Amino acid sequence: MSVFVDDDTRVVVQGITGGEGKFHTEQMLEYGTNIVAGAVPGKGGQEVAGVPVYDTVTEAAREEDADASVVFVPPAFAGDAVFEALDSPLDLVVAITEGIPTQDMAKVNKRLSEVDTRLIGPNCPGIITPGETKLGILPGDIFESGDVGLVSRSGTLTYQVVSNLTERGIGQTTAVGIGGDPIIGTSFVDALEAFEADEDTEAVVMCGEIGGEDEEQAARYIAENMDTPVAGFIAGRTAPPGKRMGHAGAIVSGSGTGTAESKIGALNDAGVPVGDTPNEVADHIEDYL
Amino acid sequence: MKLHEYQAKEVFADAGIPVPDSRLASTVGEVVDAVGEIGYPAAIKAQVHVGGRGKAGGIEIVTDEEEAREAAESILGMDLKGYTVERVLVEAGVDFENELYVGITMDRGEGEPVAMVSTEGGVDIEEVAAETPEAIAREHIDPAFGLHPYQARKVVYEAGIERDVAGDVASIVSTLYDLYEAKDASDIEINPVMITADREVVAADAVMNIDEDALFRQPELAEMEDEAAEDDLEAKANDYGFDYVRLSGNVGIIGNGAGLVMTTLDLVDHYGGSPANFLDIGGGAKAERVANALDMVFSDENVDAVVFNIFGGITRGDEVAKGINGALERFDEIPKKVVVRLAGTNAEEGMEILNTDLVQVESTLEDAVQRAVANAKEVNQ
Repeated sequence: MSVFVDDDTRVVVQGITGGEGKFHTEQMLEYGTNIVAGAVPGKGGQEVAGVPVYDTVTEAAREEDADASVVFVPPAFAGDAVFEALDSPLDLVVAITEGIPTQDMAKVNKRLSEVDTRLIGPNCPGIITPGETKLGILPGDIFESGDVGLVSRSGTLTYQVVSNLTERGIGQTTAVGIGGDPIIGTSFVDALEAFEADEDTEAVVMCGEIGGEDEEQAARYIAENMDTPVAGFIAGRTAPPGKRMGHAGAIVSGSGTGTAESKIGALNDAGVPVGDTPNEVADHIEDYL
Repeated sequence: MKLHEYQAKEVFADAGIPVPDSRLASTVGEVVDAVGEIGYPAAIKAQVHVGGRGKAGGIEIVTDEEEAREAAESILGMDLKGYTVERVLVEAGVDFENELYVGITMDRGEGEPVAMVSTEGGVDIEEVAAETPEAIAREHIDPAFGLHPYQARKVVYEAGIERDVAGDVASIVSTLYDLYEAKDASDIEINPVMITADREVVAADAVMNIDEDALFRQPELAEMEDEAAEDDLEAKANDYGFDYVRLSGNVGIIGNGAGLVMTTLDLVDHYGGSPANFLDIGGGAKAERVANALDMVFSDENVDAVVFNIFGGITRGDEVAKGINGALERFDEIPKKVVVRLAGTNAEEGMEILNTDLVQVESTLEDAVQRAVANAKEVNQ
């Protein structure tokens, strides 16, 4: 089993004719992802890696019976691309693009609340159900099919933790990178809820970072609603207050919330052990299985 | 990106928000000339990106030329929480009766901007927010519709602003939201808005932070960026387009992806070292970018050892290895020991390419960090 995506998921790639779009379309096809169409304004009728391209997402979804899209559109146009995806009858939109202005995302977020589509990202590595499908840029070969769900705000940290798991023979049901921006579609709580409902997920890794209060919210959710055990990691313990550390979201306000300390404290209070190193997270997961 | 007070006030004044008459000065002579033009009393205000400038001695009120000279001598060149003061804003003193707070920011939890108004101006507003949150009136704004005039009035009345100035304060709230939206601000704040004896409203301070991801459509503000950089290395990082933060330790850290770089910093600390910087080369970096990153970290004289941690997804290990070799081959003697850990996409090819006469190689994150920490300790023995 898996959450959000499986080998039936039929994918449109928005921005398939761009450098990143083309490269990762090829990578995804090689992994086995069911990519049925591309969508790029003005490029309808072309083909990329054997995939037909349409001018609009609506047309691509209708003609090829797609139910998901992956967005590789540059930041200046990505907000609009997500709006377009939300206007089409898709169940899932995965926005990989990094650097979308926050106010554009605030408008997208407003629209999101009015439609029945799930958004993952932006500024995320995507989602993978090992052995079935991947939507995004995650390096497929480090993942292994298994019992552990993973949700993370950071792409490369996801790879690090997954490799710690896979090296010990611990595979994953689904790994989802929700993105590090201040405004994102799918939250920790959304992903945890899906993993809790998934019969095959025996344990969950949750990788957070400084900034915002999503981890604290997740901790409350875990304490109140989850039977599946969770182990955590929080990046940014050494970050100085007031400085932005790469991710737009990774900023400590200095007012006490959003710090690594407050997040680790909240998780510990919810019975979630937090590793000091990614390797220790794998230790905790090993103990659960 | 943070604007300096003087830069933010230029933006505010252009939008019609009343600000005191002011001049920017970088020498004692310029301060004296400026106060001569503006008149007394005047405020001499350090232009550095730190909060609580007043308490730290970075703001002084002067009433004659001698005091102006003394204040200029003490503030210019002073160290304010780690930043050297190179410029001051000389500003006409405002004779005020009340101080208010007005601000717009993004409420991450709600995913919407929020306007805030309080009669508790002139003090640390974060303290007010923590201790007496009810003293700050809030109004959420639908980003699709913008701020309606009734909302600006509503939040002003809710804050308990006196009726005779409420209209003017509401108009400042509206203008601030227009600026917030038009300039892609992430925060915009006036603390305090002063109410004078003549019941005029004046913006006595100005905070404006811009969403760096939106600078591509804010060319005028982007030009202010280099001027706003506090330190040569940060200015250099801007030029190279790196996410870079300078820290106080001695282990230089380069990696890809914010979460992984932060984790590398945390592990340096965990194993008894101290990070000198955060440097994220971003996704898909090519050899030249990798070389630039090494150049940045080598030019920081606080750095005693370097750790390079790459887990490639979009970034390819062979490109990184070429960049590292290329950067290090220029030196007759490598200035600081470099430990490299490559994993992920094309990591094996990268490991084969890496010139191990120039760098030390480790295969796990933990080992790489511990070795770099040991290297740094060796330098200090």
